[in-house]
Amino acid sequence: MLHFDRWKIISIIGTCLLGLLIALPNFFSKETLAGWPDYLPKRQMPLGLDLQGGAHLLYAMDTAELKKDWLLSLKDDARKQLRDAKIGFSAAGVQGDAAQVRLVKPEDSAKALVELKKLIQPVGNAILGTSGFNVAVAEGTEPGTFTLKPTDQGVQERVQSAITAAIDTIGRRVNGLGVSEATVVQQGRDRILIQYPGLAEAKDIQRLKDLVGKTAKLTFHEVHPSTTVADAKSSRIPLGYKIAQSAEKADEPGSERDYLINESVIVSGEDLVDAQPSFDQQTNAPIISFRFNQSGAVKFGDYTSKHIGEPFAAVLDDKVVTAPRIISAIRDGSGQITGNFTVESANELALQLRSGSLPAKLTIVEERSVGPSLGADSIASGRTAGLIGLAATAILTVLAYGTFGVYAVIGLLVHGIMVAALMTLVGTTLTLPGIAGFVLTIAMAVDANVLIYERMREELRAGKTPIAAIDSGFNRAFVTIVDSQLTTLAAAIIMFWLGSGPIRGFAVTLSLGILTSVFAAVTITRLLVSMWLKDAKPRSRTLNVPV
Amino acid sequence: MFLVPDFKGIDFFPHNTRLPFMRYKTLCFGLSLVFMALSLVVIATKGFNYGVDFKGGALIEVRATSGTADIPAMRDKLNALGLGDIQIQSFGTPADALVRVEQQPGSEEEQQAAMKKVVEALGSGYEQRRVEVVGPAVSSELRRTGIIAVLASVLAIMAYVWFRFEWQFAAGVVVALAHDVLVTAGIFSLFQMEFDLSTVAALLTILGYSVNDSVVVADRIRENLRKYKKMALPELLNLSINETLSRTVLTGVTTIAVLLALFFLGGAVIRNFTFAMLFGVIIGTYSSIFIAAPILDYLGIKRDWSDASTKPNPGGMRA
Repeated sequence: MLHFDRWKIISIIGTCLLGLLIALPNFFSKETLAGWPDYLPKRQMPLGLDLQGGAHLLYAMDTAELKKDWLLSLKDDARKQLRDAKIGFSAAGVQGDAAQVRLVKPEDSAKALVELKKLIQPVGNAILGTSGFNVAVAEGTEPGTFTLKPTDQGVQERVQSAITAAIDTIGRRVNGLGVSEATVVQQGRDRILIQYPGLAEAKDIQRLKDLVGKTAKLTFHEVHPSTTVADAKSSRIPLGYKIAQSAEKADEPGSERDYLINESVIVSGEDLVDAQPSFDQQTNAPIISFRFNQSGAVKFGDYTSKHIGEPFAAVLDDKVVTAPRIISAIRDGSGQITGNFTVESANELALQLRSGSLPAKLTIVEERSVGPSLGADSIASGRTAGLIGLAATAILTVLAYGTFGVYAVIGLLVHGIMVAALMTLVGTTLTLPGIAGFVLTIAMAVDANVLIYERMREELRAGKTPIAAIDSGFNRAFVTIVDSQLTTLAAAIIMFWLGSGPIRGFAVTLSLGILTSVFAAVTITRLLVSMWLKDAKPRSRTLNVPV
Repeated sequence: MFLVPDFKGIDFFPHNTRLPFMRYKTLCFGLSLVFMALSLVVIATKGFNYGVDFKGGALIEVRATSGTADIPAMRDKLNALGLGDIQIQSFGTPADALVRVEQQPGSEEEQQAAMKKVVEALGSGYEQRRVEVVGPAVSSELRRTGIIAVLASVLAIMAYVWFRFEWQFAAGVVVALAHDVLVTAGIFSLFQMEFDLSTVAALLTILGYSVNDSVVVADRIRENLRKYKKMALPELLNLSINETLSRTVLTGVTTIAVLLALFFLGGAVIRNFTFAMLFGVIIGTYSSIFIAAPILDYLGIKRDWSDASTKPNPGGMRA
């Protein structure tokens, strides 16, 4: 129990030195580290936002909007499918959470069902396996009607791919801002977390929010050729049309210009291949000039050639930006959007259009931002408290346990270094609660040593020989140490599992600290005591154990 | 000597103490039950001063760019915005202030809009050190996970103690833990200290520390049960507690010293958290002695360990 083979001693010391090497970079600034030779590890522990300052923004995606868009496109797909199969239908619309079609001739039902079922796709993919289908086609309550209803799995799959696409898009937008150490990750089913360290000013954070918050969904719609908005409002909105507000601010509130536009999309921003801010040649106002890809250009060309002389609307995020008349067919897929742009907003919008539009609106559900001054203060106070805590513990331990107390303190230092090394290796973020957790593990590390030494003293008082007492101290205490530390570990694991952000940092530091404190108490202290024993035994007959 | 010259430590604690803890067990146990009930009453009537994490709304920590924070002026300016109840308090240094805006009716966007209005109203005289905006969806989730975390911890710990010891130990530990959590929460409610995520983290850590303490005492009790088969149970419990007293005191003192360092030097942000921990350490130690042990006495525990139904105790360690 107290005998350590040579190779064991070497491996223990080696582990400690390795830990020191890994933990060392944390104590130097990045500039100093750059000057070190390459074979030395240089990685530092990532600092949490509460220590380095930055923005933490949690966005939720509007899944209702996603679903609605999907239903609209399902409706259009259904119409196309039936039209191609030459099955007449009298109505196609969206009702509640399903798309509906009504056939002219109920006798065509069987054929229609076959055609409509072709729209169903399996959920999942060939590699990971499929699990159900995305849409359920069923006959409606009246003969000759059909409903196309998205299944739960279908919606889930759609939301998931939307989130993945959104993360991509946001990544591009954020990188477009310049320096990028931002992380954009998914959280839960329909949320996205953006963490942007080092974001200093409040206005920079606002810029980030503006950049991400805008969906930038650009769609082009037909404006109803005959019915005016006033007529539609007073009598009835024609089927398949909706009223959209103008993006321009009117001179008097209440007199915003509205437009009656077709719900269906002629061509959308997804087909944009480029968008650049520019200036109108005549008015010098900021505009956006854009270019469609091949399929977009074809759709655009087809539409414009068939509707010369009619107005069509460019809708950005549900508001009509501009509604010019079509002068001639535009076949090369390029165009301009004029509107109430400033130079900044045109730049921003062009960036957003280039990065791609977000599938649906994102709203901030949680924001935690820390300015750099608070971050620096927190590091300073954390460091001071940690050092003082360590010093107080060391003094108390040495006072209470003499030479063996000194060995325990060495163990404490090893514990501290190993925690830092583990955190650097694993890459866990250090937060302010994490520092508190580390300071706590120092106290718990002492507990392990106290258990061992108290037991030693007890055995000595009971008259056991010194060696037996020392041995017994380590033996009997080990079980207790494991039991008590494991229960704290259980609480820490639950905290990690259910917590988020700073709480997680605390839980991780606490857990790692418990592991290393047990290691320090049981291995390091035992090693040092055994070396004391080896040194002392040859000298005296009766040992005076300095504990 | 090895590395340092030999010297003994100061043995703080008189040994062979026979402090009659168990004599006062009914009194203390009764007192503990009273405190638990009181805490429940306080929590039920006064409720918690929930932080932004659980209540939603916005929290902005500002620092005056020059001089001290003029809180009355800030209050006038912000109350004029019509955003409902706005609390402003001093925080840390005289130049710092904490502005709390309650959750606005409506969805997440309203919270953001309100926060923007406040920031604009404060103007350039104040620098934002920290902003926290929590919408209704996230705050209700955090409330739920907070409660689940505490309950799950208690259950997990109870399961582990049951696994390692007899069920009576587990029962004692659970009551002690419930006591610790309730009384700490009660203090927070009584003084209306801010109750947020870090408070929950503190509660969970207190659970860990308290059970740490209880397990050490339980381990000694188990050992003595085997050693002194004929000793009366209350006397044996007393002996076990006295024997572990030196360790309890020393570890407690060290932990408190470390926490005091954190409390005074760790900055205002974690002060609430450190206070909870400090309180919890004291309560946790108390509960190990005056709740877990008496329950063992009340429940009785079998003394005959000669049958092999006990969990095997690893006899020794191989180096």
